[in-house]
Amino acid sequence: MRFTRTKAIVATAALALSLAACGDAGGDGETVDVDVADDASFDAGTRMAELADQGTINVGVKFDQPGLGFNETGADMPTGFDVDIAKILVASLGIDPNDTSKVKYIETISDNREPFLEEGKVDLVLASYSITDERRAVVGQTGPYMLTGQQLLVPEDSDAESPEDLQGKEVCSVTGSTSLDNAKAQGMKPVGFDTYSQCVDKVLDGTVEAMTTDGTILAGYAAQNEGELKVVGDPFSEERIGVGYSKDFPEMCQWINDTLEEANEAGTWAEAFEANLGASGVETPDFPELDSCES
Amino acid sequence: MDAVLESLPDVFRAFGYTVLLFLVSGVFSLIGGTLLVAMRVGPVSVLNKAAATYVTLVRNTPLLAVFFFFSFAAPKIGINFKWVDVHIGTFDFTSFFSTAVVALTLYTSTFVCEALRSGVNAVPLGQAEAARAIGLPFSGVMRAVVLPQAFRASVPPVASALIALLKNTSVAAVFGVIEAASQMKIMTNNNADERWGIFIAFALGYVLLVEVVSLAAGTLERRWRIA
Amino acid sequence: MAAHVLFDAPGPKTVARHRTYSVVAVLVLLVLLGLAVKRLYDEGQFAYELWEPFVTPNIMQAIGEAWLDTLSMAALAVLGALVFGVVFGVAKLSEHTPVRWASWVVVEFFRAVPVIMLMTFSFYAVFNSMSIERGAYWSVVLSLTVYNGAVLAEVFRAGINALPRGQAEAAYAIGMRKTQVMNLILLPQAVKIMIPAIISQMVVALKDTSLILIVFGVGLTKILKSLPLSFNNIVPTTLVIAGLYVLTNLVLTAIANYAQKKFVGEKEMLQVSMVGQTDQNQSAATF
Repeated sequence: MRFTRTKAIVATAALALSLAACGDAGGDGETVDVDVADDASFDAGTRMAELADQGTINVGVKFDQPGLGFNETGADMPTGFDVDIAKILVASLGIDPNDTSKVKYIETISDNREPFLEEGKVDLVLASYSITDERRAVVGQTGPYMLTGQQLLVPEDSDAESPEDLQGKEVCSVTGSTSLDNAKAQGMKPVGFDTYSQCVDKVLDGTVEAMTTDGTILAGYAAQNEGELKVVGDPFSEERIGVGYSKDFPEMCQWINDTLEEANEAGTWAEAFEANLGASGVETPDFPELDSCES
Repeated sequence: MDAVLESLPDVFRAFGYTVLLFLVSGVFSLIGGTLLVAMRVGPVSVLNKAAATYVTLVRNTPLLAVFFFFSFAAPKIGINFKWVDVHIGTFDFTSFFSTAVVALTLYTSTFVCEALRSGVNAVPLGQAEAARAIGLPFSGVMRAVVLPQAFRASVPPVASALIALLKNTSVAAVFGVIEAASQMKIMTNNNADERWGIFIAFALGYVLLVEVVSLAAGTLERRWRIA
Repeated sequence: MAAHVLFDAPGPKTVARHRTYSVVAVLVLLVLLGLAVKRLYDEGQFAYELWEPFVTPNIMQAIGEAWLDTLSMAALAVLGALVFGVVFGVAKLSEHTPVRWASWVVVEFFRAVPVIMLMTFSFYAVFNSMSIERGAYWSVVLSLTVYNGAVLAEVFRAGINALPRGQAEAAYAIGMRKTQVMNLILLPQAVKIMIPAIISQMVVALKDTSLILIVFGVGLTKILKSLPLSFNNIVPTTLVIAGLYVLTNLVLTAIANYAQKKFVGEKEMLQVSMVGQTDQNQSAATF
């Protein structure tokens, strides 16, 4: 925590001095540099060509998830791994992803991602969006660009190693997330809060025994609180984080997959992971295998 | 409505928490409110001012901010309730429940205080004057003459404060207690197509509870009324 | 009854005793305050970096905008509540039994259901397709409109019933119709004596805007939720945001008191019966 704060203050001070008013102030204050494609060309009539022509795009991301998608108070652009992946996609259309007059980052929460895609309010969703069959029935999803599974974050001196050790114990997670339902199914008592940081506080001050959510998120918090918190247990669920798009434009799937693949080869994917989630001690995982677009 | 019927035990448990939060904080709020009003009408002007300041400050603070303080800010400065760990039946009384009780009590006490004060103000001047005329000291005036009448007169406003408390227990939903409002949110998220039915079912549950409290208050008021 | 009626002008002994009480009370209060400050200090809560955001221009601007959002939600809700209140307040006085009953049901329902549930429901069921910030904004406005509207309906009904009966009788005597009596004679007078109660309701609405946190932070609540994420300064943020609410409410209360003096004189503010208390028997009496 202390680490983030100092960085954030430095970043904000920089903002105040209007040295770097590009809004990179969240998370670790770092972000990947992406090259805007100046030779972007798509087959006429595809959604990508349309977007590239109009030069603007709306992307749905999270605003309250440090490390994934987070918009700092007063900043004009969110930061995080999801956001950086979004930037890679946007840049491949020949649109400058750091120009907020062209790219609108729209805040989405768990309940409005599908309606927003269906109604065309956003063109892409990158908001810790797990790929599921239910969702694929209403919207397009491809990727995954990140694999993660639900684990436990406990105090350093805790003996708990798996959900079995926490039967009937209070375990914190974010209200409305599938993590809470899974925790209940595993026999733990779910306690719901608004953000993960609030849960981290509750684990740190000993109010709850553990918190649970995707391992990648937990690893970040464990790194920030080295010596106080640790991630334990094998993942007891698998989440495949993907990109959401509208079912009306199936051609977007191949473009997303190709762009993600290129980002992997160019190393920008790993760079984005390290910049946002790779706080000391977290190994950058292998790039996940992408789903095929033919189905 | 199917969703509600299917998870009826969860629904009852949630309303159980609502009622328990109401009862526990209600008792503490009545005690706190009485202490505050004693300071407020008593002869020690410092206490009078302190109570008045406290009441003004807290009444103008959103309950949610009070909750937020005790839930997140207070643990940072070493005030927490994690030592509370009582389990009765299927109900858990842990730090989340106690934090909610503390926040609700501190908030509701101020409203109870003002309600009781309006009751004291409703006692005719002559009563206190007559009591003093027969030589009663302040404590006697209060105990034997003013307070008994004041309590009667303040039944309706205190009942209003308690009904507000009953509804305010729902704020605990944001702070880790799975009471009625929280349960409703969970269920509407899982059964998006039944939002209306679920909402109406939970709303009617509240209407019922509110009616019970106001009926009880009405009965008390009638019973204590002097002919 | 003023407090001093409760006890005699104290004699020398009592004065001395009260002095002791006062000194003890002051000491206790000072010790409590000192302990609180020491706690904050020991835990490093006075560190400049935790408070710095509140003097940082772009964050101050964000807080200012959030404050305006909160204020405008409360103001819109009270305006909406006025309309809702007049309609249902008058309907509760209707001479048609079904209308009276229907409006009674509506008013009692919205007075009994917690605002936080109204907000959750309207956010997901009514405004789900808006951008979430707008959706949250409008579900606050809608929820507070119906809740405060239901309370104001009671205020209106009580206000109209509080008018001397001769007002309506005289109006009927000179041949006015029902609507004319209501619109020309009763409502204008009732509104005048209700203005302070309406402004106090704005305080209630302003506080309740914060409840939207259950689904999403908007206005000052958004700051409360997001600022500590960046600066790990939850204690200062909570104190500053709560302080902003208190200040705003104190100003509104001062306005209400001024309005009370100007429009009503020194009389007590209009009292409203509690939820669930039926006074149907008084309802149709005016007409």
